[in-house]
Amino acid sequence: MIAQADDTLTIYERSKAGRRAFVVPALDVPPRSIDELLPAALRRAEPARLPEVAEPEIVRHYNRLSKRNFDLDTGFYPLGSCTMKHNPKLHERIAALPGHARMHPLQDPSAAQGALELMWRLQEALGEIAGLPHVSLQPSAGSQGELAGVLLTRAYHEDRGQHRTKVLTPDTAHGTNPATVTMGGYDVVKVVSDAHGNVDLDDLRAKADEDVACLMLTNPSTLGLFETGIEEIERIVHGVGATLYYDGANLNAIMGISRPGDMGFDIVHFNLHKSFTQPHGGGGPGAGPVAVSERIEPYLPRPQVVRRESSTNGKEPFYDLDYDRPKSIGRLRGFQGNYGVFVRSYAYIRSLGAPGLRDASETAVLNANYLLARLRREGVMEYLPAAYDRLCMHEFVLSGEPMRRQLQVKTLDLAKRLLDHGVHPPTVYFPLIVEEALMVEPTETETKETLDHFAEIVAEILREAREDPSVAQHAPYTTPVRRLDEARAARRPVVRQAMNGN
Amino acid sequence: MTRYTSATDADREEMLATIGVSSVQELFADIPNRLRLNRQLALGDGLSEPEVFEEFRALAARNVSSDDEISFLGAGMYDHYVPALIDSIIMRSEFLTPYTPYQPEISQGGLQAMFEYQTAISELTGLPVSNASVYEGPSAVAAAGYVAKHTNNRRRFVVSRGVHPHSRETLRTHAHAWEMEVSEAPLDAGATQLPELSDEVSAVIVQQPNFLGAVEDLASIAQSAHAAGALVIAACDPLPLALLKTPAECGVDIVVGEGQSLGNRLDFGGPSFGFFAATEALMRRMPGRIAGETVDVDGKRGFVLTLQTREQHIRREKATSNICTAQALNALAGVIYLSWLGRRGVVELVELMLQRTAYARERLTAIAGVTQLHEKPVVREFAVELGAPVGAVIARCREQGVNPGYPLWRDYPEHADGLLVAITERRTKADIDRLADVLGGAVSAEREAVGVST
Repeated sequence: MIAQADDTLTIYERSKAGRRAFVVPALDVPPRSIDELLPAALRRAEPARLPEVAEPEIVRHYNRLSKRNFDLDTGFYPLGSCTMKHNPKLHERIAALPGHARMHPLQDPSAAQGALELMWRLQEALGEIAGLPHVSLQPSAGSQGELAGVLLTRAYHEDRGQHRTKVLTPDTAHGTNPATVTMGGYDVVKVVSDAHGNVDLDDLRAKADEDVACLMLTNPSTLGLFETGIEEIERIVHGVGATLYYDGANLNAIMGISRPGDMGFDIVHFNLHKSFTQPHGGGGPGAGPVAVSERIEPYLPRPQVVRRESSTNGKEPFYDLDYDRPKSIGRLRGFQGNYGVFVRSYAYIRSLGAPGLRDASETAVLNANYLLARLRREGVMEYLPAAYDRLCMHEFVLSGEPMRRQLQVKTLDLAKRLLDHGVHPPTVYFPLIVEEALMVEPTETETKETLDHFAEIVAEILREAREDPSVAQHAPYTTPVRRLDEARAARRPVVRQAMNGN
Repeated sequence: MTRYTSATDADREEMLATIGVSSVQELFADIPNRLRLNRQLALGDGLSEPEVFEEFRALAARNVSSDDEISFLGAGMYDHYVPALIDSIIMRSEFLTPYTPYQPEISQGGLQAMFEYQTAISELTGLPVSNASVYEGPSAVAAAGYVAKHTNNRRRFVVSRGVHPHSRETLRTHAHAWEMEVSEAPLDAGATQLPELSDEVSAVIVQQPNFLGAVEDLASIAQSAHAAGALVIAACDPLPLALLKTPAECGVDIVVGEGQSLGNRLDFGGPSFGFFAATEALMRRMPGRIAGETVDVDGKRGFVLTLQTREQHIRREKATSNICTAQALNALAGVIYLSWLGRRGVVELVELMLQRTAYARERLTAIAGVTQLHEKPVVREFAVELGAPVGAVIARCREQGVNPGYPLWRDYPEHADGLLVAITERRTKADIDRLADVLGGAVSAEREAVGVST
C-alpha cells in the first residue's frame, strides 16, 4: 500500500520555489528606482521566507487542517465557563455586509451614523441587561474588560484622594482575576469559600478594610452556584468604600432574571463571545464591554459613543464619538472596539428580545440541572459526585477524586476518553478548590437527547474503567494524534518552523 | 422556546420531573426575591431572521464604506484587498466555532495554524519567537511595555511622538497603574529625536514606519537605547517589513503591531489581531498563547499550547499577563494572507505600493499651497500640509466621492492643516489622479475663500 500523504506537513514544507498564488496588479505609474525611493541601507538583505504555494494547495492545506479540529457546529461542547452556545449563521451574513465590514474606523461620524447608532443601541441594551446605566464597548475581550474594571476602580479612588492597595478575589476566581489585579497595580488578597461553595462571609469581613479597593466576584460563581450571601457581601464591600466588580463570565444564567446592578455591583464586564454568541474562532476574537454605575461613569474609556439630540424639532439625533472626557482612564486599545462582534451580539439581542433572553437563561439552567440529575445515578455518582449537593445554575462542578482513588482514573483520563466518543470534554481541574474538578456547562442550545447521550457516555466510560482502567488511562485512540508530550514542548520549545538557508 | 433552543413543553416536564422540582422558577430559588427582576427587560420582543437581516442591512446602508467612495484613509488600518480564499477558509465551522485549543488531540488544525502564523511573524520581524497573537495593535504596545517593566524594573517609558496616538494613549492608561512615567521623544523633520536617556528608562518605543509615514532609522535608535540599558520596542506595520531592514537586524527587542492589513477586513476598527514577537531572552516573559511542536505517545508529530506556566490560568497573580484568548481566527486570516502573497508576492505588493505612494506624493505636492510634511522615505503612507483648512478641504473632496485621508489636527495640533494619505494596492493611478484633481480644486477654493493668492 502507498503510504498516506503526511497530514502534519506545514505550509512551509509544502512550499516550492517558483510557485505562487498572488499576481500583483499592474504597475500603472511611471516607475522609479527602488534605491531612490527606499535607500538600500534601510532595506532588508534577504526576503522573508514565506511559503511559495499556488491557490489550490493553500485551500487544500487549510481545509485539511480544519478537519483536524473539533468544533461546536459538529458536536457537544460542554466546556464549563465558556458558554459554548450555538453561533447563529445569520450573524456572519450581516457582519459581512460591506456597510459594516468595509467601514474604516476613522470615517467621519457623519458618514458612520449606522455603525455608531448600532453601537449606541447595543450599549443601551447591555446597560438594561446589567441594570447599570453607562456602557463602554471598547474592551477587546473579557480579560481587557476586567482590566478596565480595575483601572476604573483606581481612577474612582484616586479622584477621592484615596490610595488603596488591595483587591479581593475569591479562591474560586478565574485566573484572569488575580492576573488582572496585578496588571492593574494592586495586590491580590484571596477570600476563601465556605462549606456550601459561597464566599465565606467571616473571612470577607476579616479582610475587608480601608486598603481594599475592590472585590471581584463572579455570580453565579465558577462553581455554578448563586452567591446566596450577595446582599451581605455588598454591604461589607461598600461599607469599607470599595467597589464591587462583576465578572460576567457566568451572566448566561441570569439574563432577564436578576441584574448585577440590582445586586449592588458597580462595574460589570460582559463576554460577548459567551452569552452573546460571537463565535469563539478557536481562541478569539471576542469583546468585553463594561457597564458601570453613575459614580463610575466619569472614568469610562475614551472615546465614548453618545447620542446628541437635535435642537431642531423633528431632526434625527446625531450619533457621535465623545473625546471630551477629562476624568477618563483613557484608551485601552485603538479605535472603537471590536465592531464586528458588536454587530453579531446586537443581532442576537434583537433576534431573542426580552422574552428570548430570559428563555435562554432559564433553559441553560434547566439543561444544567437536568444533566446533573442524570449524572446522579448509580455507577456514576459514587465516582463523580457533585462538588456541592445543591441545585446549580447554568453549570455544575463534579469531583473526580473518588474516581481517581477507586479506579485510578483521573479526571484528565475521563476527559481524554470522552474524545473517543465524539464530544468535547468539560473544563478540567478548575475551579482549583475542587479536587479533580470537572466543570460542565451544557448551554441552552443543546437538546435533551444530547444531554441524555452525554450522561450515557459518562456512565459507559466509568463502567469500562471498572473493568479495565487502562483504557481510559491511555485514551484517546481515535483522534488525529494521541496524548502529546507537553513537557517536551515546554523544555525545548520549538515555536516556529525551522528552515534551511534561503 | 426560541429558534435557537429545543426544549419542548413535554421535554421540560420530563426534565423537571427528573430534577425533582415542579417548575423552572424553583431552579432559581437561591436568588433572593428582592434581587429578582419582576418585569421584562425593556428590550422589546424578538424578531424573525428576515426582520433582523433587514434592520442590519438598513443600518449598514447609513454608513459610507470604502466601497462607497475612493478612500485614502489609513492611520493604522488599511483598505487592502482580502483574497476570496480567506473568506472561504475562515468561515469553515471547524475554524470559526471551537474554543481555545485546550484539548490538543482534537485541535491540531488550529494549533498547527498558530505555529505557521508564528513562523510567518518571525520571518517578517526577524525575531525568533512570536506568540499566537494578542488583541490588536495599540494594546500590544502596552503589553510590550509590561514585559519591559518586569525585565528591568525601571520607571519610565520614552515613546516617540511618531508612535500612533492611540498606542501612546493606551500606553499611558496602563503605565499610570504601574506607577510609571511616560515621556515623549519629539519628531524632527519627520523622524524621532531621542533625548538623552537616563538609567531610569525601561524602554524606548518607536513605530516603523511612523504615524506620519516616515521610515525611521531603527538601528541608531536601538543603539542609543541599548547604550542606556533600555529595551527597544518597535510597533511595526507588517507589510512594509517585507522590504525594510528587519527590526531584529536593527537590534529591536520586542516587535508588536496591528495585523489588520494582513487579510483582515476593516470592520470599523475590529476585530483584527495584534502581533507580538521577541528575542529568545524574553520568551518566558511574553504574554498570550504560544503554540509549540512536540510528539504524541506514538511518536507522531503534533502541536500544543506551550510555555503555559507564564499564563494566568496557571500562575494567576504571578502571570506575565492577564490575556487568555488571542485573536486566533484573525491571525489565521493573517497567515493565509501571507501564504497567498508568498515570498516573492509580498515584495512585489509592497514595491507596487512604494511606487504608487511616491507618485501620489509627487502629484499632491505639485498642488499650489500643498507641501510635504517631511521628506523622509515612505512606503504606503505620507503626510502633507495643505496650506488651507483641512476640515473644509476634506468636506469638499467628500462631496465629490473622494475621502482624501486622515486630518492630523486632533493628534498633532502643530500640524493643524496636516493630512495623512494612505495608498494601498486598491488605489490605482486613476484614483490617485482623481484625488489630485479633487484635492487641488478643494485647496484652491479654500485658499481663495480666505484670500490667499495662488
